[in-house]
Amino acid sequence: MTVIFKEETFHDDFTFRNSPEAVKRFPFPFPEDSYMYSVNLEPHKSYRPGSVYERTFDVDEHYVSEMRDRARVLAEDPLRCQSLPHMTLAGWDLLELIMTSKAEEYPELFELHRDGAKWHWINRPLGIEQKFTFLDETTLPYGPMEYITRQTQGDFAVLDQRDDNLWMDAGMVTTQADWSLDFDIGMNFFEWHAPVPKAHEMGIFQRALKFLLNVRQGSPARRLNWTMTVNPLLDTSPENYHKWGVMKKDLTLENMGQMMHLRVELQTFFRLPRSNALVFPIRCYLIKLDELVTVPKWARRFHRVIRDLPIELATYKGFVTNRPKIVEWLSKYDNGAPTSPGIWPD
Amino acid sequence: MLEGSIPSRPVYGVLEMRPGRLHLMVADAEGAEAILDLAASAPPDFFAGAHIVYIPKKTGDRFVARLEHLAPAQIYVGPSYEAALPRLRRVLAGAHMGLQVYLAGTEGLMGQAMLEAMQAGIPHSAIQTEHRGSTVRRVQCVHCKGITEDVTHDPFQCSHCGLHLFVRDHYSRRIAAFQGVRVDAEDPGNIPQSVERFR
Repeated sequence: MTVIFKEETFHDDFTFRNSPEAVKRFPFPFPEDSYMYSVNLEPHKSYRPGSVYERTFDVDEHYVSEMRDRARVLAEDPLRCQSLPHMTLAGWDLLELIMTSKAEEYPELFELHRDGAKWHWINRPLGIEQKFTFLDETTLPYGPMEYITRQTQGDFAVLDQRDDNLWMDAGMVTTQADWSLDFDIGMNFFEWHAPVPKAHEMGIFQRALKFLLNVRQGSPARRLNWTMTVNPLLDTSPENYHKWGVMKKDLTLENMGQMMHLRVELQTFFRLPRSNALVFPIRCYLIKLDELVTVPKWARRFHRVIRDLPIELATYKGFVTNRPKIVEWLSKYDNGAPTSPGIWPD
Repeated sequence: MLEGSIPSRPVYGVLEMRPGRLHLMVADAEGAEAILDLAASAPPDFFAGAHIVYIPKKTGDRFVARLEHLAPAQIYVGPSYEAALPRLRRVLAGAHMGLQVYLAGTEGLMGQAMLEAMQAGIPHSAIQTEHRGSTVRRVQCVHCKGITEDVTHDPFQCSHCGLHLFVRDHYSRRIAAFQGVRVDAEDPGNIPQSVERFR
C-alpha cells in the first residue's frame, strides 16, 4: 500500500477532507444503534488488512499535515508537551516502541538501523534523518517523548504505575477532546477522569483501571471513544476553547454536512519494558457528516445514536445545543431499515 | 463543611496527632482552631516538637495568643502566605525522617503548602489536612494560566486576562487550584449573573 499524503489544514481555512478510501477505513465506533459507556477494551491485534487496526501505529493520508498542525500548536503553546522528571526513561521506551514498529510495518516510509546504542532513524514522509545514541538525551533535538511524538499521529499520555494506580506524569497533547494536560499532569486515573459524568457511578473507571494495571508487555489493548466537533479542529483544547467554542454557533442545516464532524479516538495501551509505564496513545480520526452518510448503514445508525443519547452525555460531549439540528439533518438518511451488527460498512 | 463533589476534588479530614520528631503545622485564619482542637487531646510535651506557621488573615489576633499559649518550639505569625513561603521552604528543606505535616484552614492555603511539601518529597497521602473557615477558591484560568486568589463569585472575571470564567470542581494538586473556563465561549457577551458561591 502506498499512502499519498495530503496537503490540508486543521485551522483557519479548514481544507481537511477524507478520500473515499479513508472514509471506507474510518473507525466508526458504534456496533449497535444505541450508545452507553462501557469498558469496551480488546486486544490491540492486527486485524482486517487496510483498516486502522492493521498496524501498531496507523499512518494515514493525513500524517504529514497532522504533524505540521502539531508543530504549529506547540509553537503557540509549549505547555502541550510536558514530562515530569522521572518519566524520561518511559520516553525512551516509547521512542523505541514507535521506531521499531513503524520501521517494521512501513519499511517504505521509515527505517531504523541499530548498532548497539548507535541508532540511525529515517522518516521519509517528514524528510527527517537522525543519528543518535539511545538513552542519551543530548543527542536528540528534543526529549525522547517529544522527539518521537512530533513524528507520530495522535496524542500520547504516558502513565506511571505506582500505588495500584496510574499517574499521568507525561504527555504530548495537541489533538484533544477538551482536556488540559497542563492542568491534569500529575493526576491519578480517577482524578483526571473526574469531570466525566455517570461513568464513576457505573463503576467504569474502577474496572478499566483494574484491566489497565494488568496490561503486559507485548499484549497491548485498545478501545474506541467518540465525540463531535464543529470544523475539522484537531486542537479542541480547553486552552483555546474561547476561540473554537464560538464556531458551534455557525452550524446550520445547510452547512451541517461539511462543518459537523464525528470525532473518533482510537485509544491504545502499551506496557513499556524498562520503565514499566503504560503509554496511552489517543489517535483522533475526523469524518465530515457528508462523508459519513456515504455509508448508508453508518448514516442510519448514527442518526439513531445521536437522537437517543442520554442528555448528560450530549451535554458532556458538547453538542446538546446543536443536537436537534444534527438529528434533523441525519434523519433524511434514515429510512428505518435495520442495520447489520458490527461497525463495518455492509 | 465543604460539599463532596468529583474525584479530583481533595477530601479533607480532621487533624490527629501522629508520632513524629517534628510537627510542622501550617494554618491560616480559622485553621488555628483545628490546631487548638488537636492540642486538647495532645500529651503535654507534644508541642515541644511543633513548629507553627500561621497566617491570621481577617481573624487578626483572635487566635494568636492561644496558639502561643501552646508553647510550640517555634511559632511564626505572618502577614500572607507569600511572606511565609521562604520560611516554609527552609523548614521543609531541612526536614528529616519523622516530620509530620499538618495543614489547616482555607483550601488555597492547604493546597499551596501541600505542593511545597510534595516538592520536598513527602507523599500527599502522608499529609494531614483539615478545612476550616472560608470556602473561597484559588482558581487558574485555563486560557491565560493566571491564578486568581480568593474567588467568591461564579462566574468571576480573571484577574489576569479579564475573561469571565466559570469555576469547575476539577482541581489540580500540582497547581493547587481549581479550573476556570470562559463562561461565554460559545456565545460571547452572554455572561450569566454572577452568584456568590464561596464565602
